[in-house]
Parts: sequence; C-alpha cells; structure tokens
Amino acid sequence: MTTPLSAPLNIGFDYTRSLGPTLSHFMTGLRRRQVTGVRGSDGRVHVPPLEYDPVTAEPLTEHVDVASTGVVRSWSWAAEPLDGQPLDRPFAWALIQLDGADTSLLHAVDAPHDQMRTGVRVRARWREERVGAITDIECFEISDGPGAEPVEADEVSMVITPVNLKYTHSASPVESTFLRGLMEGRLLGQRCPKCHKVYMPPRPACPTDGVPTSEEVELPDHGTVTTFCIVNVPFLGQRIKPPYVAAYVLLDGADIPFQHLILECAADEVRMGMRVEAVWKPREEWGPSMQNIDHFRPSGEPDAPFDSYSQHL
Amino acid sequence: MQPAAVVGTGQTHHTTKRLDVSMAGLCREAIDRAMADAGVDWPDIDAVVIGKAPDLFEGVMMPELFLADALGATGKPLLRVHTAGSVGGTTGNVAASLVQSGVHQRVLAVAFEKQSESNAMWALSVPTPFTMPVHAGAGGYFAPHVRSYIRRSGAPEHVGAMVAVKDRRNGALNPYAHLRQPDITLESVRASAMLWDPIRYDETCPSSDGACAVVISATPTSGTPAWIHATAMRTEPTTFAGRDQVNPQAGRDAAAALWRQAGITDPLSEVDVAEIYVPFSWFEPMWLENLGFTEAGQGWKLTEAGETEIGGRLPINPSGGVLSSNPIGASGMLRFAEAAMQVMGRAGDHQVDGARVALGHAYGGGSQFFAMWVVGSEQP
Repeated sequence: MTTPLSAPLNIGFDYTRSLGPTLSHFMTGLRRRQVTGVRGSDGRVHVPPLEYDPVTAEPLTEHVDVASTGVVRSWSWAAEPLDGQPLDRPFAWALIQLDGADTSLLHAVDAPHDQMRTGVRVRARWREERVGAITDIECFEISDGPGAEPVEADEVSMVITPVNLKYTHSASPVESTFLRGLMEGRLLGQRCPKCHKVYMPPRPACPTDGVPTSEEVELPDHGTVTTFCIVNVPFLGQRIKPPYVAAYVLLDGADIPFQHLILECAADEVRMGMRVEAVWKPREEWGPSMQNIDHFRPSGEPDAPFDSYSQHL
Repeated sequence: MQPAAVVGTGQTHHTTKRLDVSMAGLCREAIDRAMADAGVDWPDIDAVVIGKAPDLFEGVMMPELFLADALGATGKPLLRVHTAGSVGGTTGNVAASLVQSGVHQRVLAVAFEKQSESNAMWALSVPTPFTMPVHAGAGGYFAPHVRSYIRRSGAPEHVGAMVAVKDRRNGALNPYAHLRQPDITLESVRASAMLWDPIRYDETCPSSDGACAVVISATPTSGTPAWIHATAMRTEPTTFAGRDQVNPQAGRDAAAALWRQAGITDPLSEVDVAEIYVPFSWFEPMWLENLGFTEAGQGWKLTEAGETEIGGRLPINPSGGVLSSNPIGASGMLRFAEAAMQVMGRAGDHQVDGARVALGHAYGGGSQFFAMWVVGSEQP
C-alpha cells in the first residue's frame, strides 16, 4: 500500500447578496452609524432585525432605531484570534444587548481579559470607511460614554460575501498508485474480481459489486472516442480556451471511458468511434496527473464499429 | 396509507435577477401564494420541508438554519432535502410521504434558487486535482450524452430545436415564466449559437431566480385538490462500467414503480399531461423513453409528430418547463406544482383541456437522482 497523494484545492467566490427591505434598512443604518432593529408582534425589538416574526411568521416592517451602546449579556474569550476575525489580538466574543433592544447582538469586544464581565457597559467603535456591513462596527469597547452621532449615507441594497474554501484533496490509495504510474508514463487500471470489468482510473472498490479491486491491468495509451461535445462557451474558472473537444475516451481493454481533450484535428472532424492515441507532455513536465497526457489525437486507424463501444455510452 | 393531495401551489415570477428581495423574501412570495391558493394559514401547517440546489451554487450551506422564521417553521418540524437538480421534486415527495404516513395532516414544501447570487457554471466546474480540466458545467456534462442519444435513436437533428420552440412558446402562455418567446421559430433556434455542440443556446435553460411552494394535505381545503396517486424516487452512481447515461436504470426503475403504484398500465394513453425536467431540449425525447411513454429510440417520433404540444396526445411542459424558467433548486418542484395545477384546473392560459391525470418529474446530478409523482383530480 502506498501513501495517498494529496494536493491543495482552493475555491472561492464573491457571492452577491440582495438584502430585501428589512436587511437593507439595517445595513444602510450601519453605514450611517445608526443601529436599527425591528419590532415583533409581541412588542420586542429584535436587533439584528428579523425579516419575519418568530411568533406569527408575518413580515416585520416597523423599524426601530436603537443605541450603539449597551450591556454585555454573555461572553467567551478568544485567546488566539484566527485570520478573518474582527481583531488580531485576544478579544471577547460577546452577546450585547443594545439600549432600546430586547435581543442581543453577537460582536467582538476589544478589552483586557480581566475587565471582561457579564453586565459591563460597552459602545460601538465605528470604522471610518463604512460600506453597509456588520463589520462597519469594528468592535465594541468597554465604556459608559454615549454612542457616536449618525451621519448621512447612501442606501445599501446588496452585500458581497466572499467565501473561500481551502481543502487538502487526497487521492485514494488505489488512485495514488495510478497517479504514480502516470509519473512513469504508465496507465494502470484495476480489474474487478467479480464482474471482471477494468476500471481506468481505478476505484478502491467496484461500484457495481462493492468488492475491492486487486488485479492491476496496464492499459495502452490508445483507444476510441465513445462520445464527446465541443465546448464553445467561455466561463469563469475555465482552464482550457474554447473551442475545445471534451471527449470520452475508452482505452483498449478498459470498460469505462474517461474525459479528455482531443486536438490535432478540426473539432468538427471528431466522430463517435474515432480511434485516438495519447500525446504525452515532455517527461520533465510530468507530475501525478492525467494532465501528463496533453491531449489525444486521431491515430489514423479506421473508426471503431458502433457495437464495439455502444455499451459504454 | 392516508390520502394526500396538493391543495395549493405558489410560485414567483422567475427572472434573471431578483435584486429587490432576500432569499427569505423570495421563498415567502411563493409560500404566501401557495397558502392563499390553499386557503390555509400558519396554524394549519404542521411541518415544513425545504429544498435548494447544491451549496456552492449560492454559497449557502444551511438554508434551514437562517430561513426558519421566514418559512413559518418556529415550533414545527423543519426538514431539508438535498438531491442536486431534482431536489424540488424530491422535496415534494418527502412532504407527501409525511402526510401519507399519517405523521402530519398538512405540510408546506418550498424550494428555491437565487442563481444571481453566484455562478452555477463555475460551481459545477471546480478543478479537482489530478484530473483533466475539460469539465464545462451542466451543458458540458450532458452534451455528450445527448450526442449518444441522437446517434443511438437516429433522431433527425431538428427534433431538439422543435422542443425548444414548443417550450418557449408555451412559456409565453405562463405569466410566471422567465423566458416568454411567442415568436421563436425553428429557424431562429437553429441559427442560435452552438454552446456545447450538439446543444445550442436556444436549446438551453436560462439561469433564474425563483421559488415554488406547495401545500399538501390529507383533506381538501378550498377548491379542487390534486390527489397524489403515486410517488417514486430512485438513485444510481454517477459512473460505473456499463452505465447507460442516455436511458439510466434509476429513471426506468422509478417510472416502473410509479406507474405500478398509480395503477397505470399504458402511460401514453392514461396520462393527460406531463411536466418533465428538460433543461436541454433533447431531454424531452430521452425522458419520454426513460419514463416508458414510448419504447427506447422512439421518443423523438412523438415530439416530431407534434404530439407533445398543447392539444397533442401527451402535452409536455405546457408551462414552458425548465427551458423557460430554471431556478435550479425550485425547478423540480415547479414541475410537480404545474402538474398539480393542471388537474386542479388552475393552469390559466396553459391549461390542458380536461386534464385529470398528470405527471411531475425531476432529475438531478449526472442523471442519477430521479423523483416523480402522479397527481389526479379523482381521489384514488
């Protein structure tokens, strides 16, 4: 058994959120240095505002200005702040009931550990540059003083919420053996002991029979295009410049096709049943990847008969 | 099994960007319409079931967490369902099962998508390490299988364009449809850009913001209900040796179970109208075969003969279907709701005369999740 290979997989997107009337009012208020809540059917003032009443489920529309000062109702100490948290030094996460509100808002308090306590009075520390986001309040600080005066600002109806996910993507042990084979220019599939189908790339277990595959089968680097599409459409994150042919290639001796790129012929000359061969990248560019095969190209052999691949569509 | 019926349906006006509402507000538009249609109020609802598209599509992982208030779920059971593009249909089936099992008397089901907040094509093309990055969204995934269908069935090339023309013209009859194109023609579709050859721009679903909701009840509330005669769901892996991507086993099995449960022996004769999940036009003939309306390889002949138009032998997607509106998470439920609207006689300008038995169908993932129901005007 070899050590599984792994590689970073980082994906991110700046999601654009439309706020709707209730949350727009709240975010616009933050930009103005004014915290607002909404009055529920039972008279309670919810801060942050709720779009719908937790008791009656009706839309809530009565906006209520509250103070940017209040009382810590509970808290937890963040001794080692993480990237992206409000402060880069130890701070408290606190539930803060603002003056005029009946519910508590979660935010950071910038205070020495020995001064944090439930019941302590705090006030918002506003950013100079405000965009209409909860982070317009940089944090709260311990103070008995009054809050800042509101100012004028444009309405906020959208917010952008960047999401960045950093994964370590690990290959299975069987796939790792396959990938190490690719580093030697070899295509190592596996045969299911029960149905005798050859999987390329191999799987830890046959998806049909549920049994581990154990017999290694070295496959040639040529085969048949079963089916394909011509990608003409550009899109965010695309790695290959369109137009390109994304084809299912069934290697000779394999029982399942995989997707790869077809080049060295016009896209409209690619056919179902076309015989193709791998064109490998220069050896010095090889890594543990199917990208060691730069593309497949027509081999010049006669097309495979439909019946030879029709059960692989 | 306790009887169950759709007693109310609601949907939003589907469009590219609904920038005036939050996700909660979008869901509530559909919910408020469904509850008004059913003539019920919040105390009448025992439980809520929600479905949405895969998490990367709009960057929301736990909609049930932040939408509970908006869905009126406080103090009630709230379930979230997750089966990729078929989720709206699956959500309807889960809600139906909660009533049929006798656990609840009245359940609200809602499904939504706010595609404008993200980019589904990007979300479907994440470059996994060690692989060849040829993936190109849903169109890139399905186009090769459409090519296989055309090759295997010998269908003439214009059949795909015919479906697009029919569905977009039907969409023009539906006030909620995103794309309403009464003047679209076979020529204009065939002249549109080839995006993922053999799929053209006009043969592709739009990207929509929208929501759909249904109220399912053990007893009628107001008006004619759509009685649920059968539900079925089946699943299969994305890839395995010998998998039939054109006519997947899971879809065939689900359909067989569905017809059996509904007591239908000849679907083409016994079903009056069908709302089938057709995000790319060629999936109409493909699913006609997969659902057992025709033999394999024969589905396109029904389409080509005009039998799937309103007024034909089996009208498919009189609402305009996914080709006219595609809020992905809600698209399956829209098929289910539109089927119900037909047998309730509430489909307006796209009503099929005398519709008494209707099919709602959804599929998702790489053609691996199937959900469907049969609804009828008669209590089974």
